[in-house]
Amino acid sequence: MSSTTDASAGRAQIAARTLRTDRWWLPPLTTFVAFVAWVAYATVRSFLQRDYFVAEYNYLTPFYSPCVSVGCVPEASHFGQFLPDVWWLPYAAVSLPFLLLFRLTCYYYRKAYYRAFWLSPPACAVAEPHAKYTGETRFPLLMQNLHRYFFYIATAIALINTYDAILAFVKADGSFGLGLGNIILIVNVVFLWAYSLSCHSCRSIIGGRLNHFSKHPMRYKAWGFVSRLNTRHATFAWITLGTLAFTDFYIMAVSAGWISDLRIVG
Amino acid sequence: MTDPIESPAVEAEAAAAEIERHDYDVVVIGAGGAGLRAAIEARLLGKRVAIISKSLFGKAHTVMAEGGCAASMGNVNPNDNWMVHYRDTMRGGKFLNNWRMAELHAKEAPDRVWELETYGALFDRTKDGKISQRNFGGHTYPRLAHVGDRTGLEMIRTLQQKVVSLQQDDFKATGDYESHIRVFHETTVTELFKTDGRIAGCFAYYRSTGKFVRFDAPAVVLATGGVGKSYQVTSNSWEYTGDGHALALRAGATLINMEFLQFHPTGMVWPPSVKGILVTESVRGDGGVLRNSEGKRFMFDYIPDVFKEQYATTEEEGDRWYTDADNNRRPPELLPRDEVARAINSEVKAGRGSPHGGVFLDIASRLSAEEIQKRLPSMYHQFKELADVDITKEPMEVGPTCHYVMGGVEVDPDTAMSLVPGLFAAGEVAGGMHGSNRLGGNSLSDLLVFGRRSGAGAAAYVDALVDVRPAVAEADVDEAVKRALLPFSSATEGGENPFVVQLELQKTMNDLVGIIRKADEMEQALKALQDLAVRTRTVTVEGHREFNPGWHLALDLRNMLLVSLCVAKAALERQESRGGHTRDDFPVMDADWRHVLLVLSALGEDNVELVRQEQVPMRPELLDLFELDELKKYYTGEEIGGHRADQGLDKGAKA
Amino acid sequence: MSHDQHFRVWRGDSDKGELVDYPVLVNEGEVVLDIIHRLQQTEAQDLAVRWNCKAGKCGSCSVEINGKPRLACMTRMSTFDEDEVITVTPLRTFPVIRDLVTDVSFNYTKAREVPSFAPPEGVAPGEYRMAQVDVERSQEFRKCIECYLCQNTCHVVRDHEENKENFAGPRYLMRIAELDMHPLDAADRKEAAQEEHGLGYCNITKCCTEVCPEHIKITDNALIPLKERVVDRKYDPLVWLGNKIGIGRKSAKS
Repeated sequence: MSSTTDASAGRAQIAARTLRTDRWWLPPLTTFVAFVAWVAYATVRSFLQRDYFVAEYNYLTPFYSPCVSVGCVPEASHFGQFLPDVWWLPYAAVSLPFLLLFRLTCYYYRKAYYRAFWLSPPACAVAEPHAKYTGETRFPLLMQNLHRYFFYIATAIALINTYDAILAFVKADGSFGLGLGNIILIVNVVFLWAYSLSCHSCRSIIGGRLNHFSKHPMRYKAWGFVSRLNTRHATFAWITLGTLAFTDFYIMAVSAGWISDLRIVG
Repeated sequence: MTDPIESPAVEAEAAAAEIERHDYDVVVIGAGGAGLRAAIEARLLGKRVAIISKSLFGKAHTVMAEGGCAASMGNVNPNDNWMVHYRDTMRGGKFLNNWRMAELHAKEAPDRVWELETYGALFDRTKDGKISQRNFGGHTYPRLAHVGDRTGLEMIRTLQQKVVSLQQDDFKATGDYESHIRVFHETTVTELFKTDGRIAGCFAYYRSTGKFVRFDAPAVVLATGGVGKSYQVTSNSWEYTGDGHALALRAGATLINMEFLQFHPTGMVWPPSVKGILVTESVRGDGGVLRNSEGKRFMFDYIPDVFKEQYATTEEEGDRWYTDADNNRRPPELLPRDEVARAINSEVKAGRGSPHGGVFLDIASRLSAEEIQKRLPSMYHQFKELADVDITKEPMEVGPTCHYVMGGVEVDPDTAMSLVPGLFAAGEVAGGMHGSNRLGGNSLSDLLVFGRRSGAGAAAYVDALVDVRPAVAEADVDEAVKRALLPFSSATEGGENPFVVQLELQKTMNDLVGIIRKADEMEQALKALQDLAVRTRTVTVEGHREFNPGWHLALDLRNMLLVSLCVAKAALERQESRGGHTRDDFPVMDADWRHVLLVLSALGEDNVELVRQEQVPMRPELLDLFELDELKKYYTGEEIGGHRADQGLDKGAKA
Repeated sequence: MSHDQHFRVWRGDSDKGELVDYPVLVNEGEVVLDIIHRLQQTEAQDLAVRWNCKAGKCGSCSVEINGKPRLACMTRMSTFDEDEVITVTPLRTFPVIRDLVTDVSFNYTKAREVPSFAPPEGVAPGEYRMAQVDVERSQEFRKCIECYLCQNTCHVVRDHEENKENFAGPRYLMRIAELDMHPLDAADRKEAAQEEHGLGYCNITKCCTEVCPEHIKITDNALIPLKERVVDRKYDPLVWLGNKIGIGRKSAKS
């Protein structure tokens, strides 16, 4: 029992965990279901080690970028091959853990999973089920403070994804090409940037830590830009989950020959 | 919980036995701007101070002040100085002000504002990083230091945080946060104690427990605010029941200028539950205009002769003024509040009002939606959330609302001490500073200037007490207990519900001693008040003493009644119209009344006595700050004999 | 234009209490506080409720309406269905005094623990110069009306009485952020925010922001930036290394 329903501290004695009459359980439930589904898909895909590259159009799914395993199709490896090809090591094992950590420590995702998975709290003014709570004051949750370092790495990975998306305009034969896959890759990259740059750590680093904006006009401008993006950080977090999965699925489908890419040029 | 009461005497005895007692150097009643500033000053001068507040610490009515705090810092227009501010204040008050208070106020306001920055206040800034100042009705230059439209909140929070900061200092020195300043919140004072004609302390109850508490202190500062709750339509909160006014009267002090009540021209008129809530004057200062149901900017028809030279006569000139104030005259929407309130009243009476009995205040067609949200954020929210009106798209409906009482305790301007030794008053509860009408923005500065002076005055008074401090007479304490418990006692059995009596009192004052007054109506009001006096004494309440709103109101009610009597009596006596006092039967201002003050004192618990008193003539060098032509509009011929122009001196010779 | 509505109001004190049913008249344009006042004037003269300005500016009338922390004066009756039962209860995080009134002294205690504004040395009153862009962030936080809805909603203390000692709550962590971002404040507050005022307890679940009647972005604009400033100071390996080998930052504030 939590303090909310406990009268020991002189609080009003109301037995109900919450008197909310709206469907407060719906948002956390939705988050829970969506996250579980996404993680399941992403896990399966990361370990599948196939259907990640469309050689003809140079489409590489972000789930396999950078493709640095010796098992990779050579054309898909833009940054060399140095990881051993074993079943338990995803081909993009140098980037995936950091992307996961970037999102795990993200201020938005923290809110979402603390509410949906840990029920701490499930919704505002709804009592949480835990007897004790120490928040992010101690290990392991103290590590959430490392978010900015994962942001730096995620930015580097976003650069790689951008590189991949640009490279996809050059077909295997060296000529320029444009298909639906290109558009999907570009849209995905744009949203990845929107998500990464709207990060709260980014906002602090770029200018938020300053106390005298007036002495740093350029950083103030940059801070203003990031602040505007930041108000939509949660939206970008969800959109990128969608675009990542969709991009990957599209490339898988084309690569596996289930569908053929809709070509516009070449 | 207390048991049902057998007899008031038994109960009183029991209650007296458990009365908590505190000793302080200075007790400040009221935790608004004036009270906190007084407490800070007294503490800085080494005194032990109690702050007694009817509501929680930081909730005082000062938070409602929106527009700003007037101080001639000259940050926006360097031509501004204390003399211009002084002139504006006197003009606004129709020269009935206590000129010495107006002088001190104009001179000291800038220092008081700057001081707030050292406490941590964050005012809006000018381009060069100084405190920004905005235009307001009756002020010649942009003069109001402000924070959006929540200046009062900034001030109360700043002063609250300064009190906390002093408590932290005391904690470092003594190990006790409350060794020198203690806030007794949700505590209501019901009596002041006097011994040998001097203040000895006061009596109060804790609202949450209903338990009694006495404060033994040689100096008491009243900073209780105003009396607006005696009116049905008011911008004032429940706290504004005239407690300080009534406490002062019952302690033998005098009130002046009680006939002057400021009806703010723009209060909300709809929905009914928020009728009276303030719509800040900043809306007009930032370009908002008043229109009647025909869409006409009617204020151009209501510029009185005394202001003809300072106000624009065409819409074009008025509009130009917002961008070029030096070469154009200001629009008449920015006339002093009394003029605007009367004009709105007339338009509504003439049948040109808005659907809910007000007029239209239009900012939507004057500023972009973005600009409105930036400059008037709390107005935007207030209308959106309370009336479901989007002020960036549609006009607001507004009408006059009882806002401020110019009248109050007669005090010495320099020390803020009343006629009763040891009793001080500052802020709205003090009278004189604003004359017959207060300019917007002069209230927040008044709080700071005279809050500080009253704190210093009280500290000096305590220092000067050579003999022992006056001791509280135990009989007085017993008497106070009995009076406080009267509504529970069998003596009032069968009496009325205090809420019913309150509603009737409010309606009486609103209808009969409202914005436009007539002799016969006021006589009727006085009769009704006599009847209400009997009913007030016999109101009865149910339940227990813990947080019982009925009981609280029963005790506040007698204060409301006493100040209502003062207002009605003074209003009936003054046979002219001036500032916040408009007589239908004496519609013009009369120079013979300018120098007359109406002074009220108490005759028992529910009667008052009125005498006329001559106003002290203005110091010659202050009189010389005005042009003779202007003075002639207000003064009788013999009064201005000493003016420089009469003695052949030109303007340059004074300086 | 008027109708009867079913109200359930919690009546009682710290010993016992219950929800009491009242059918009550509701007129067009009214707010929940109007209805509570109507109850006082009719069948429950001694119903305790704390209120003041009735215009959403003082933050006194905080209660929970249908389980949601709200200001009673800013909750319009038109937002409910006419046949809806409306439950009004006191704030659940603080000890109840009577009926809808709670003892909010926790907040005053916490306010006193936050070191006050530290004026810059050598700058006289009247000489303060601050650019508007530099004061705007702190100004947003100073819009706070201290209704304590955020303090009440925050699960850190709402669900865990024992955390009250170590956690200042969103309102006072925001106060620390306000002072830390003040362009002229001379003190450094980052260490203390984490070590003494319990910033680490905050798991940014944003309920404080959700209930703020002033729409202050408490989490995004105050708490997270403050967490990031703490990271600057405490968890940045480069800073840590710099301090170890004696190249401290040239100034705590830039």
